[in-house]
Amino acid sequence: MAKRRGRGMASVNYPIGMNLGGDPSQALVHSNPGGKFTVSLSSIDLGQGMKSVVRQICAEALGVPVEDVFVDTADSDTGPHCMGSFASRGTHRVGNAVISASQEARGVLLEAAAEKLEVDASDLVTDGRGNIHVRGAPSRAISVADASMAAQFEQGRTVSGRGIFLIPLSKVDPDTGEMDPVTCYAHACTVAEVEVDDETGEVEVLSIKAAYEVGRALNPAMVEQQLVGGGWMGMSHALWETTEPYYPDREHGPTDFNHYLMPGPGDTCEQEFAILERPAPDGPYGGKGVGEMCSTPPIPAIANAIFDAVGVRIDEMPFTPEKILRALREQGGAR
Amino acid sequence: MSHLTLRYRLNGNERADLVAGDETLLSLLRYRLDTTSVRQGCRQGTCGTCTVLVDGEPRLACITLAATCEGCAIETADSLPGSGGLHPLQQAFMDHFAAQCGFCTTGMLMAAKALLDVNPSPSREEVIDAIGGNICRCTGYEPIVEAVLAAATAARAGATPPAAHRHC
Repeated sequence: MAKRRGRGMASVNYPIGMNLGGDPSQALVHSNPGGKFTVSLSSIDLGQGMKSVVRQICAEALGVPVEDVFVDTADSDTGPHCMGSFASRGTHRVGNAVISASQEARGVLLEAAAEKLEVDASDLVTDGRGNIHVRGAPSRAISVADASMAAQFEQGRTVSGRGIFLIPLSKVDPDTGEMDPVTCYAHACTVAEVEVDDETGEVEVLSIKAAYEVGRALNPAMVEQQLVGGGWMGMSHALWETTEPYYPDREHGPTDFNHYLMPGPGDTCEQEFAILERPAPDGPYGGKGVGEMCSTPPIPAIANAIFDAVGVRIDEMPFTPEKILRALREQGGAR
Repeated sequence: MSHLTLRYRLNGNERADLVAGDETLLSLLRYRLDTTSVRQGCRQGTCGTCTVLVDGEPRLACITLAATCEGCAIETADSLPGSGGLHPLQQAFMDHFAAQCGFCTTGMLMAAKALLDVNPSPSREEVIDAIGGNICRCTGYEPIVEAVLAAATAARAGATPPAAHRHC
C-alpha cells in the first residue's frame, strides 16, 4: 500500500462559440452630448470580465480614452440581441459586434469634426486622449467632446453606430455529418501531476501546468484570472462534483452544499500558466476566448495522471475513491 | 410567534427593531433593513455568503436568530470603508482579482476581517482556515488567499496597498 505519483497530459482544440443560427451578437454605441460613449448590449457578464474587455475594445475602435466608455448590458429590454454567454464566445462575438458599431459611430464623429474644422474627414485622426486632429497637424484639432456637442446641437447628427457579428450557419452534410461549426479555435495543453493513495483511492492533485493559446490576450490580468479559476473548476469536475454519483441512477444525488462537493481553499494545487498569443484573423484585435475552455483540459489530464500513477483508467467523472478502488480491485492492485 | 424589541448596534449605529422570535438575522438585515451586502445563499449555513460579524465573531446570518443578538455589535461589509477610503481588504481584493461575479465577496471580506482583527499576521493556513466555510465558484480561491495575506501586510504597514498595476 502506497501513495503513487503520476503525470498526465491533455490537449484541447476549443471552438469559440457555436453553430446556433449563426450565433450572432449585436451592439449599439452612442455618444452623449459630453462626448462620453455608451455601449448598449444584452450580453451577460457573470464576472468573467466581458464588460471590461468590451470597454477596451470600444475605446480602441473609437480612438477615445477607455475612461470615456461605459457599458450598459444584461437587460434584453434595453440592449440589442445576444445569443448568450457560453462557449467562450463573449470576447469574440460581442467584441466583433462592438468594433463594427464603434466604427460606424467613429465615422459620424469624424464627419462632425471635419465640418467644424473645415477639412475632409478622411484627413482626421484621433489621439486616444480625447482629441481629433488633422493628420500631421496636431494644432488643427477639436476635442471629442466639442465634436460630439456640435454634432448633436448644431449639425443634427446622432453620433452612434450599430454592430452585429454573424457567422453563416454551417449546414450538416447528410451523408458524413461533417460541418464547420465555428471559424475560430483556441488551444491548450495541460499537464497534471497527482498522488494516488492505492489503499484509500484518494487522489490529490499536486500541480496543474498549462499552455494556453488565446489569440491576443486583450486583458492579460483577466485572462490569468480565468485560467486560475478554470483550473480549479476542472480539478473540481475531475475529482469532486456530480449531481448523479451513480448515473444514470438518480439515487444518492446531492441536495445541498453539504453533499455537493467542491474543493475548498485548502484543496487547491500549484498552478502555472504560459499564455501564447497568436492573434486570430477574425477575432476582435486578434482575441479568441478563454472562459469555458480552461475548465476542460484538466479533467482528461488528471484521468491520464491517475492511469500513470496506478494503471487504472477511470472514464466517468468524478474520479472518486470508490471508482478507483473498484478498478484497482478488478485489476488486482496498482501497477 | 411573539415579538420583542431588539436593541443592538449595526455598523456603529444604535438601533431598536421589533423582531419575531423566529426571525433570522439575515431576514432582518437584508430584507427589512435593505442591507443588501448581506447576501442570501443557501439559507442553511453551508455556503458562508451571509457572513457578518457579531461582537467581532464571524456568524452565518441565515442560521442566527436575530433575537439572540440583543445588545450585540453587528458589522456588515458596509462598515469596511473608513474615512481614509477603502479598507485594506477591499483594496487587496481589487488588486489581486479576488472577486469575479462578486456573490461571495462580502461574506469573504467579513470572514477575513474577523481573522485580521484578532490575528494581524496570519499564516497561509490560518487564512485558509478562516475562509474555509465560504464557498467561491469563480476564483479558485487562490486570489482570495493572496488578497487576505496582502491586506494583512498592508494593514500592518498602516497603509493601503499600492494601487493595482494591472488594472484594465
